Amino acid sequence: MSMLSHGIVRTLLESDRGGRIFLLILAAVALAIPVANLVIPESSSLHLSAYTVTLLGKYLCYALLAVALDLIWGYCGILSLGHGAFFALGGYAMGMYLMRQIGDRGVYGHPELPDFMVFLNWQELPWYWYGFDQFWFALLMIALAPGLLAFVFGWFAFRSRVTGVYLSIITQALTFALMLAFFRNDMGFGGNNGLTDFKDILGFNLQSDTTRVALFLLSALALALGYLVSRYIVNSKLGRVVVAVRDAESRARFIGYRVEHYKLWVFVFSAVLAGIAGALYVPQVGIINPSEFSPLNSIELVVCVAVGGRGTLYGAVLGAVLVNYAKTWFTTEFPEVWLFALGGLFVLVTILMPQGIVGLFARLRGRAAARKSAESGAGEAT
Amino acid sequence: MSDGQDPMNAEGMAHTPPEGGVDTSHGPILYLENVSVSFDGFKALNELTLYVDDGELRCIIGPNGAGKTTMMDVITGKTRPDAGTVFFGQTLDLARLSEHEIASAGIWRKFQKPTIFLAHTVFENLELAMQADKGVWASLRACLSAEQRDRIDEVLALIGLIGQRGLRAQSLSHGQKQWLEIGMLLMQNPRLLLVDEPVAGMTHQEMDRTAELLTSLAGRHSVVVVEHDMDFVRSIARKVTVLHEGSVLAEGSMDQVQSDPRVIEVYLGA
Ligand SMILES: Nc1ncnc2c1ncn2[C@@H]1O[C@H](COP(=O)(O)OP(=O)(O)OP(=O)(O)O)[C@@H](O)[C@H]1O
Ligand SMILES: [Mg+2]
Repeated sequence: MSMLSHGIVRTLLESDRGGRIFLLILAAVALAIPVANLVIPESSSLHLSAYTVTLLGKYLCYALLAVALDLIWGYCGILSLGHGAFFALGGYAMGMYLMRQIGDRGVYGHPELPDFMVFLNWQELPWYWYGFDQFWFALLMIALAPGLLAFVFGWFAFRSRVTGVYLSIITQALTFALMLAFFRNDMGFGGNNGLTDFKDILGFNLQSDTTRVALFLLSALALALGYLVSRYIVNSKLGRVVVAVRDAESRARFIGYRVEHYKLWVFVFSAVLAGIAGALYVPQVGIINPSEFSPLNSIELVVCVAVGGRGTLYGAVLGAVLVNYAKTWFTTEFPEVWLFALGGLFVLVTILMPQGIVGLFARLRGRAAARKSAESGAGEAT
Repeated sequence: MSDGQDPMNAEGMAHTPPEGGVDTSHGPILYLENVSVSFDGFKALNELTLYVDDGELRCIIGPNGAGKTTMMDVITGKTRPDAGTVFFGQTLDLARLSEHEIASAGIWRKFQKPTIFLAHTVFENLELAMQADKGVWASLRACLSAEQRDRIDEVLALIGLIGQRGLRAQSLSHGQKQWLEIGMLLMQNPRLLLVDEPVAGMTHQEMDRTAELLTSLAGRHSVVVVEHDMDFVRSIARKVTVLHEGSVLAEGSMDQVQSDPRVIEVYLGA
């Protein structure tokens, strides 16, 4: 079994140099971080604070989200400006589970109802909160909620052949509408405060270092698996069809592919991946609120993928880590400048590096290779 | 869809061929009889009658606006005739079939502008065009069989792109792109191939190669070529049909046609 999966991974990465480098770095980080936090004593300068571990874990979640977007944008050519919505839905599903885990330890000490419901004078749990006390049910919803939304949305959008800018605008409207809806108290998701004050997950204290490290490792694992499954998809014939749809949709339809089905399933898969990223994100940051649906988040995500280089998967990871690191830095040093920096970055990348950082590297490597082959003489060429 | 050539505007993509094969027991594979098409009163096709034999390579020439492209539109179901009959073999009434059904019955068309998948390699282009289960799930699990590889290699050899198999389609020359597109059509095992102005913009060498390619297809496939380039049509040296104002003006070998006084008057003599 493990031999088999090992073989599959080997063939997947055979022609994916960037992917091999990325997974190696990820593995190294996943080994080093727990040691730096749990083993190295706090007095040492090599010790890593729990805060940093969680911050890195957040970056990994964003990276997984970026992989999800790259799949649909870089390969399928669908620029979703609302992918944050799927991330947030996965996050809310996890948040609901964490909320129910609080039990009677809330401020109001109600045995069943979360604090915000007591505050609203609700007498009983709304039906859509049923089942969220079970972890398996929450896991199901983490995939199902974003997946179902993507399915319904994609079903209508792709069947009626909405493409290009129009599709982007609708996805943006979708996340905006969800944000407004989740802001409302009577939706039963905690209104603008969202869900917070989480205590533990599966009985493990969310504040403890070991839980944080475990969540970090889970994020790394999810990112690695998400990457490999995405790579499997784009390497398959399905991946080639999807790129064909991106480049010449009518042609792909003409030779017999049901283009709308292809778009739909890649979109749904991408949404589920985004939901998983959101679900891992929430226990680490300790809160989920409607601002996660903010259109700006989805746009930031697009910038991440553009900066890293779309259509490569690992480029999306690189972009997500770099842009979010920059965001962390800006928002602590010059918070008011961040949006301008983001906009400027997007313009610069679009003009100077249409293929992102990864594309820039590829071009430099290509040039170096050309120089080398020119030096070694053209004698071999016939 | 931007190229305005999307002939697939029907919703369903049922690629199930109509029951029964193509009956060519009487010789011709394509029958156009008294076909008329008018646009706002203007007759683009006027009582056109034309037969194409099974396995034949037929050239169609004619001045601009003679109705050549309209004729192809009628055969592929893009335009419906106002009058007359269009049959594929003895039994298939093309006027009653959707564009999809016509394609799955074995009539494939090459448009003037090559539409291939530029980011894919030559091999992958043919792989994508191959007859296979085109469902999402099947594509995810798809793995080329030895026969399928052989079939792709066979077509690669036919279109002369064996050496370019691993090359991205975007790096091909104009002529090579046209051949690749013909190769993609061949992957569908067409009975009848319609080719509209294949050599426009080609170098002389590429034209010769194209003539060779089309000639080699004859026999196994029936091919109808519309072309303006006289040297090219002559190099194919098959039966030529001259269209003029929507109907057949003359038919025969290139020499016969060229010495026909009516043809000289409306076309060649100009
Ligand atoms: N959809 C349409 N609506 C109106 N008129 C049309 C339409 N399609 C073709 N026509 C007219 O019908 C006539 C025949 O056109 P067609 O394209 O078949 O000619 P052709 O022989 O292919 O010419 P060319 O050599 O220029 O390609 C032309 O006068 C054209 O303007
Ligand atoms: Mg024409």
